[in-house]
Amino acid sequence: MITVNKMKPSERMKIPRQVSIEQKPDERSHNFKEVSFGVDEERALIEAARCLECQNPVCREGCPVNIDIRSFIQLVYQKDFSGAVNKIRESNYLPAICGRVCPQEEQCEQVCTLGKKHEPVAIGKLERFVADYELKNNLFTPPSIQEKRPEKVAIVGSGPSGLTCAAELAKLGYQVTIFEALHAVGGVLRYGIPEFRLPRTILDLEAERIKALGVKIETNFLVGRTETIDEFFKEWGFSAIFLGTGAGTPQFMDIPGENLNGVYSANEFLTRVNLMKAYKFPEYDTPIKIGKSVAVIGGGNTAMDGVRTSKRLGAEHAYLIYRRSRTEMPARLEEVHHAEEEGIEFMMLTNPTRIIGDTNGRVSGIECQKMELGEPDESGRRKPVPSNETKFIIEVQTVIEAVGQSPNPIIQSTTPGLKTGRKGVVIADELQRTSRDGVFAGGDLSRGGATVILAMHDGKIAAENIHKYLQQKAH
Amino acid sequence: MYCIIEKKVLAPTITKYLIEAPYVARKRKAGNFVIIRVDETGERIPLTLVDSNTDTGTITLIVQALGKTTKALALKNEGDFILDVMGPLGNPTPIESGKTIACIGGGVGTAELYPITKALKDAGNTIYTIVGARSKELVILEKEMEQVSDKFYITTDDGSYKRKGFVTDQLKELLDANLGINMVYAIGPLPMMRAVSNLTKPYNVRTLVSLNAVMVDGTGMCGGCRVTVNGKMKFACVDGPEFEGHEVDFDEMLLRNHSYTDMEKISIDRFLEEPHVCRREGMAS
Ligand SMILES: Cc1cc2nc3c(=O)[nH]c(=O)nc-3n(C[C@H](O)[C@H](O)[C@H](O)COP(=O)(O)OP(=O)(O)OC[C@H]3O[C@@H](n4cnc5c(N)ncnc54)[C@H](O)[C@@H]3O)c2cc1C
Ligand SMILES: Cc1cc2nc3c(=O)[nH]c(=O)nc-3n(C[C@H](O)[C@H](O)[C@H](O)COP(=O)(O)OP(=O)(O)OC[C@H]3O[C@@H](n4cnc5c(N)ncnc54)[C@H](O)[C@@H]3O)c2cc1C
Ligand code: SF4
Ligand code: FES
Repeated sequence: MITVNKMKPSERMKIPRQVSIEQKPDERSHNFKEVSFGVDEERALIEAARCLECQNPVCREGCPVNIDIRSFIQLVYQKDFSGAVNKIRESNYLPAICGRVCPQEEQCEQVCTLGKKHEPVAIGKLERFVADYELKNNLFTPPSIQEKRPEKVAIVGSGPSGLTCAAELAKLGYQVTIFEALHAVGGVLRYGIPEFRLPRTILDLEAERIKALGVKIETNFLVGRTETIDEFFKEWGFSAIFLGTGAGTPQFMDIPGENLNGVYSANEFLTRVNLMKAYKFPEYDTPIKIGKSVAVIGGGNTAMDGVRTSKRLGAEHAYLIYRRSRTEMPARLEEVHHAEEEGIEFMMLTNPTRIIGDTNGRVSGIECQKMELGEPDESGRRKPVPSNETKFIIEVQTVIEAVGQSPNPIIQSTTPGLKTGRKGVVIADELQRTSRDGVFAGGDLSRGGATVILAMHDGKIAAENIHKYLQQKAH
Repeated sequence: MYCIIEKKVLAPTITKYLIEAPYVARKRKAGNFVIIRVDETGERIPLTLVDSNTDTGTITLIVQALGKTTKALALKNEGDFILDVMGPLGNPTPIESGKTIACIGGGVGTAELYPITKALKDAGNTIYTIVGARSKELVILEKEMEQVSDKFYITTDDGSYKRKGFVTDQLKELLDANLGINMVYAIGPLPMMRAVSNLTKPYNVRTLVSLNAVMVDGTGMCGGCRVTVNGKMKFACVDGPEFEGHEVDFDEMLLRNHSYTDMEKISIDRFLEEPHVCRREGMAS
C-alpha cells in the first residue's frame, strides 16, 4: 500500500490530536445553534498528518460500513477534500451526519493503531470536515446511474436505514419510493437528535441528495394503516419492500405519578421541540413546558439530548438521573463531556421511585433511591441494587423519561406471516431478510435500538440483497 | 398539500370541510381519525373522519373552531390548501349487529358519532340517538342523524330547542323504560362522557367512549396521548380512541387535557391580534 506522508511515524506521534472549535458552554446552553463547528482546514491537515497509514488499517474493520478510512485520510492530507468525501461516500451516503453523531470512540477510533499508545486519529472530525467542506463549496455531484431497472421497491420509514437503502437501490437503477408516517423525513435524525447536534439544514440537504437520485418520497403515509404491505405487493406493484420503521414506541418506568402533567417520554419532549419546533413558541404553535427544574431519567443519547435541551429551554437545574454509574452510561462520550460543561447536574446511582404531584395534577417533585453496584447482570454490567440510604425528594416541575423504546407494532400487526421476536422486533437474518418473501428489514426495527451507523449498515446490506433477490426473480 | 374542495358553515363556530386526500378516503372506516397540520408553523391536531368518498378521493371533517389551529383552519377557503393530512388512524369501531344501541353525541362530538351511528344502523342494529347541544343554533347534523336512527331525541342546555336538559336526562328515561338497550356509544366533551358512563354503570350497560386526548404524532411514537383504562396505561391514538367508559380514569384525563391551557391562550390571543385576521362567519364564538 502506498504512503503519502513523508514524516516518520515517531514524528507523527508527537503531533497532538486536534480539537474541535466549539461554542462556549455558557453561551451554547442558551441557544439551539450547533455546539461544535468541527475542525477547520488547518487543523484537519494537521490531524490527517497524524495517521500512520498502517499496512493493516484496523480502523476500517472498526467501521460498521467499512469505510476506507486510510485512503480518505490520505486524500485529506493531499488536500483533495472532495476526493476524500467521495471516497467515504463509496461506503456511506450520509457522511455529514455520521461525522456528527457516530460513536467513533467505540468504533474506528477505538481500534486505531495510534490509539494504542497515544490518542487515536480524530477520524470522525475529519469525516465531518470533508463533508462540510463539500457542502460549503457546493462540490457535490450526484453519482451517475448506470442503467434504469423496471422493478419498483418500497422503503418504509425514512430514518437512516431507509434513506441508505433507498440511495443504494436508486444507484442500482431501481424505482424507489420512500413512505414516511410523519410530515418530514429523517426518522430520529429529524424528531429525536436536537438541532444543536445535527442542524436540520444538513439533514434537509442529505434528503435532497437522495431525491436527486430519483427517489420518490411520500410523507404523511403510515404503512399498515394508509396501505398495508400486502397491498403494496398486490395493488401497487412493488417487487420488494424494506422495513426501516425504527423503535419508536416509548417505554415508561411504571412508577406512580407518571401521568401527571409535566411528565414526558423523551420521544414526546424531543418531538415537540425538534419536529414541531416548540422552542420557538409562540412563533410555532406547539407548546412545551419546562419550569425551573427538570429531571431526566436515563443514561443514553436520548437522555443526554433531553437534559441538554431542557437547559436550553431555560431550566435552572437540569438533573440527569441514572441508576448505574458514569462508566456504564451508553451515551456518546462527547455528549457526556458537553453536558457536563453545560452545567448538567449528574445524579449517578440514583433510581426514581415515585413522581409527586400538586393539587392541579402537575409534577412538583421526584422521589429517588440511592443505588449501589452489585453483581454483573446478563449485559455484563454490574447490576444496581437499592442502598440502605433513605429515599429523598428533589423539587422539579418536569420529568422526562428516557428509559428505552420498542418497535412500533402497526406493521407487524397488519402483515400476516411477519415473524417478530423479543419486544416486538422484526426478525431479520444476516441478509436482512424477514420471514416474508420479498420483505427485508433493518435498523432499530430489527435490532431494537442501536445506532445511526448500524441502521445504515443494515440498509446497505438490505439493498445488496434486494438487488440479488430481484435479479434472481428476473431470471 | 391537501386541497379544500368544499367548505360549509354548519353552526356558529362549526364548519364542515371536504378535503382531497385520496389515500385516506380509500381506507376510512367508522371510528378513524386523521392528524392534520394547517401550515408550517402549525400544530398537529387530530380530527375525526366523518365521511369519505372513494370516487372523488375526498374526506369530510367537521370542526369546531376552539383555539389557534382550528381557527386558522376556519380562515381557509375552498381552493386553499392545508399542509398535512395523515391517516386513517386509530382502531375502527367494531360494528356489532342485532343490538339495541343508544348513540349519544354532545356538541361537535355529534359529528364524530355520525359515521359510527350510520355503520351501526347499516349493520341492522336498533338505534336510539340523543343529540345534545348548548342551544338550538349549535345543533348539527340533525337530518343526517335522524335518518340513521330508529328513535331520535335532541336536548339543549338552555331549552331553546326540543327538550331542555342534558343528554343524560333523556338517556336515563330510556334506560328506565326497559327498551332493551344493551350498548351505549357516547362521544362529546369529557364531562359529558363521564356523566354518561357514570349513569350507565349501575344499569350494567356496556358503554363506549371516544377519548379526545392531546396528541402529537398519532402513531404511537410519543405517548403524549396516554390515558389510564382499567388501571393500565393506554395510548389513545393506537389503542383507541374508543375505550370502555366504565374503565376510563376521567379525572386524570380532564387534568391532562388542560396541560397547556395557559399556552393555548397565548397562541390564540396572538393569532387574533394579527391584522389579517378578520372575524369571519364561522369564527365568532
Ligand atoms: C434522542 C436520540 C438520540 C440519539 N443519538 C444518537 C447518536 O448520537 N448516535 C447514534 O449513532 N445513534 C443515536 N441514536 C440512535 C439512532 O438515532 C437510531 O438507532 C437510528 O435512528 C435508527 O434508524 P432507523 O432507520 O432504524 O429508524 P428511525 O430513525 O427510528 O426512523 C424510523 C422512521 O420510520 C417511520 N415510521 C415508523 N412506522 C412507520 C410506518 N408504519 N409507516 C411509515 N413510516 C413509519 C418513523 O416515523 C421514522 O421516521 C439516538 C436515538 C435517539 C432517540
Ligand atoms: C381522536 C380525536 C378526534 C377528534 N375529532 C374532532 C372532530 O372531529 N372535530 C373537532 O372539532 N374536534 C375534534 N377533536 C378535538 C380537536 O383535536 C381539538 O379541538 C383541537 O386540537 C383544538 O386545537 P386548537 O389549536 O384549535 O385549540 P387549543 O386552544 O390549542 O386547544 C383547545 C383544547 O383542545 C385540546 N387540544 C389542543 N391541542 C390538541 C392536540 N394536539 N390534540 C388533541 N387535542 C388537543 C385540548 O383539550 C385543549 O384544551 C378530536 C380529538 C381527538 C383526540
Ligand atoms: S488505524 Fe488509525 S493510524 Fe492506522 S490507518 Fe487507521 S486511522 Fe490511520
Ligand atoms: S399521539 Fe403520540 S403516541 Fe399517541
